[in-house]
Amino acid sequence: MFPFLARRFLSSIPVLFSVLVLCFLLVRIAPGSPFASERALDPVTKSLLEEKYGLSGSLPSQILRYTGHVIQGDLGESLKFRGRTVTEIIAQSLPRSLLLGSISFSLALGLGIPLGAWAAARNGTTSDTVLNALALLTLSIPTFVLAPLSVLLFAFHLHLLPPAGWGSLQQLLLPSFCLAIPFIGSCARLTRSGLLQTLRSDYIRTARSKGVPESKLVFLHALRPAVLPLVAYAGPLAANILTGSLVVEEVFAIPGIGQFFVNGVMNRDVLMVSGVVLVYCLLLLFFNLVADWLTALLDPRIRLSA
Amino acid sequence: MTLRRDLPGLLLACLVLTSCQTRPRADLVLCNGAEPQTLDPALVSGQLEGRLCATLYEGLTRKDPKGKPVPGVAEKWSVSPDGRTYTFTLRDHAQWSNGDPLTAEDFRYSWLRALNPATASPYAEILFFVDGAEDYHSGRTDPETVGIRVIDPLTLEVKLRHPTPFFPSLITFTTYLPVHRATVEKFGDRWTRPENWVGNGPYCLLDWKINDRVSLVKNPKYHHPGNIQLRRIDALSVARASTAFNLYCSGQADLLLDKGMIPSLILPQLRGRPDFHPGPLLATYFYRFNVTRPPFNDPRIRRAFALAIDKEAITEKVTRGGEPVAQALTPRGINGYQPPEGLPRDVETARGLLRQAGYPDGRGFPRVSILYNKSELNEQIAIEIQAQWKRDLGIEVDLRNQEWATYLRSLDELDFDIARSSWVGDYDDPNTFLDCFVTGRGNNRTGWSNSRYDSLLASALAEPNPARRFQILQQAETLLVTEALPIFPIYHFVGVLMFNPDRWDGLYPNLLDEHPLAEIKPRAIRSSK
Repeated sequence: MFPFLARRFLSSIPVLFSVLVLCFLLVRIAPGSPFASERALDPVTKSLLEEKYGLSGSLPSQILRYTGHVIQGDLGESLKFRGRTVTEIIAQSLPRSLLLGSISFSLALGLGIPLGAWAAARNGTTSDTVLNALALLTLSIPTFVLAPLSVLLFAFHLHLLPPAGWGSLQQLLLPSFCLAIPFIGSCARLTRSGLLQTLRSDYIRTARSKGVPESKLVFLHALRPAVLPLVAYAGPLAANILTGSLVVEEVFAIPGIGQFFVNGVMNRDVLMVSGVVLVYCLLLLFFNLVADWLTALLDPRIRLSA
Repeated sequence: MTLRRDLPGLLLACLVLTSCQTRPRADLVLCNGAEPQTLDPALVSGQLEGRLCATLYEGLTRKDPKGKPVPGVAEKWSVSPDGRTYTFTLRDHAQWSNGDPLTAEDFRYSWLRALNPATASPYAEILFFVDGAEDYHSGRTDPETVGIRVIDPLTLEVKLRHPTPFFPSLITFTTYLPVHRATVEKFGDRWTRPENWVGNGPYCLLDWKINDRVSLVKNPKYHHPGNIQLRRIDALSVARASTAFNLYCSGQADLLLDKGMIPSLILPQLRGRPDFHPGPLLATYFYRFNVTRPPFNDPRIRRAFALAIDKEAITEKVTRGGEPVAQALTPRGINGYQPPEGLPRDVETARGLLRQAGYPDGRGFPRVSILYNKSELNEQIAIEIQAQWKRDLGIEVDLRNQEWATYLRSLDELDFDIARSSWVGDYDDPNTFLDCFVTGRGNNRTGWSNSRYDSLLASALAEPNPARRFQILQQAETLLVTEALPIFPIYHFVGVLMFNPDRWDGLYPNLLDEHPLAEIKPRAIRSSK
């Protein structure tokens, strides 16, 4: 286990470094200045600001300076929110996205897996077809349609939940469902297809012929190997869902980290974008590692050192 | 084993408890737009930050709810006969929120700080009305040469470059607000954090959560604390109009102070509702021509294009918010100033001008494009104008859509033929619009240069008689919008406030869209929520 972890950790360093450099480079070469506004900025002020934020000089020297600071644990200051460090913004926003994301992630797996298993156990029946269609529907409705529609229904027609805001448990329900719904569909479909394949395997046929009840067969014997593709999918999904979403955060006024990915690029806030991308990258590497570990745990044929 | 099984659940519960702390509702909750970029008055450039700063700090003068300047920290002031020297007498016992006395030196320090090039204030040029300010900002002189003199702790003398009749109104602007020197010097960039912050306005900074809210609490050290009726105000950071409107409709917010907080699609349906309060705004939507390259370096072609525009069709079919058609760049409503009549729509003359320029019925006209930043409204307006020019002039123009930062760069580098623009007045004087088009100004963005226009603006600045000054400015504007036409105005914006008039008092639509939060008063005792 330890050599595996050490190797994975070491191999992730160049990945992180390349992502950081690429991200910095792409935002810096995009046309437009981070300090531009409708009111023209005088050149003296602009060059002072560029110097202050380490954006003066050639592009390679800027990248070197930035990566040097990152190695020392300094992600710099946001160019848009004057006087706020990127670390501070992430420290305030990330826990909120983590909270919302954890609920959505639990919903996606907690509802997706049983629904998928249920559909697989009833393969070919009407309920399987209906569930399949529903899963496809949740995958096809974009969040920017789903979120306003759910506000309209639950906040303004049924008056059950607040339409937006942050601070109470009720305010968490709608956004976490909206964030989770597309993933419930994909989790259900992955579980169903994995399970259908496993249910056709020899050992299941043997168990069935020995008279093992169908529900025990599905949930006890078949489900464990069947969720392997889902585990591989859940790693990146966790990183994705935990870093929030621009649409859900804007529609529900959630002060999370998701909006900084898009707005940071729009504002050319290069240090902010690089900071949040670094966080995303770290989460992705971590959850992929967890997924690999879980895969080995679920399937004894897979060895981590292999 | 039990702990291992329960661990994820426990972690989630901890996260829920730490992230969701329910607070009692503030006395007034408003949707303030996107997240404030800063609350340091010297660094503010946006309206939403300006609104909060006007609540956290008080200048020598301040705006009343109808947008008129009234005494702030200065109790009274006098003007020299040549209109160039203002002497302000500060209130006795004015103090900062930490109890420190507030003196004339604080204003001198704050204004010089904003002018100091090292501060990199985006709005430093609004202080250039003060004598010597521009030279100091550009690094040519020392701060001592700037015309701000502390006579005694309660008397500040300000020498201006030119007679500036709107100076008492101008100094309500955010960049002119005072900051507490010891706090700024002790905490540097971090001085605006709630734990460090010191101010002198009617409200103190209680809390500031990124992308969530700025909480303000009544300042007991304010000179008239009895006038402040609301104990706590929460300004929510909500970027999306539909979300702000939902919060307002569900009662989670009491106030929408900005048209940008109302989805434009439903604006026509809201008209006539008792909580919908529209009013004129000192802001204009216009198009720029790039006069540095053909074909728009020919004034006849610019004139032809401007004459063929049907502005009514745009405000009736596209904007639909009751916007007045703009004949001039400066909106009506500035006391004493009459903007010029502008160009009437005249398609025949437009065709004639095109013929003279060598493009009869638009034949042989080079392919040009309209540049705009990505937004549904900008696109719809551009499509409408494209159709009008095709129909009336026989000229096909392309549409060029760019995202915000790229669009600004194209404007700055004059990489466009025709570009969508808008301008919001900073103070209630035509100079705030007309100064943009002086040769070489950063906001000119057309490449246009006209010595007569420049000298008219210069002589208006030097003119001590307000009526004569407005006449000169009107001549300059006539030259801009009816003769030279580096730009053509399309419509003036309207401001919209949404609040329940049975519950809130002290809010009036006004030209500069300034609504001092400290002046808002509840009409009746709120039922507990």
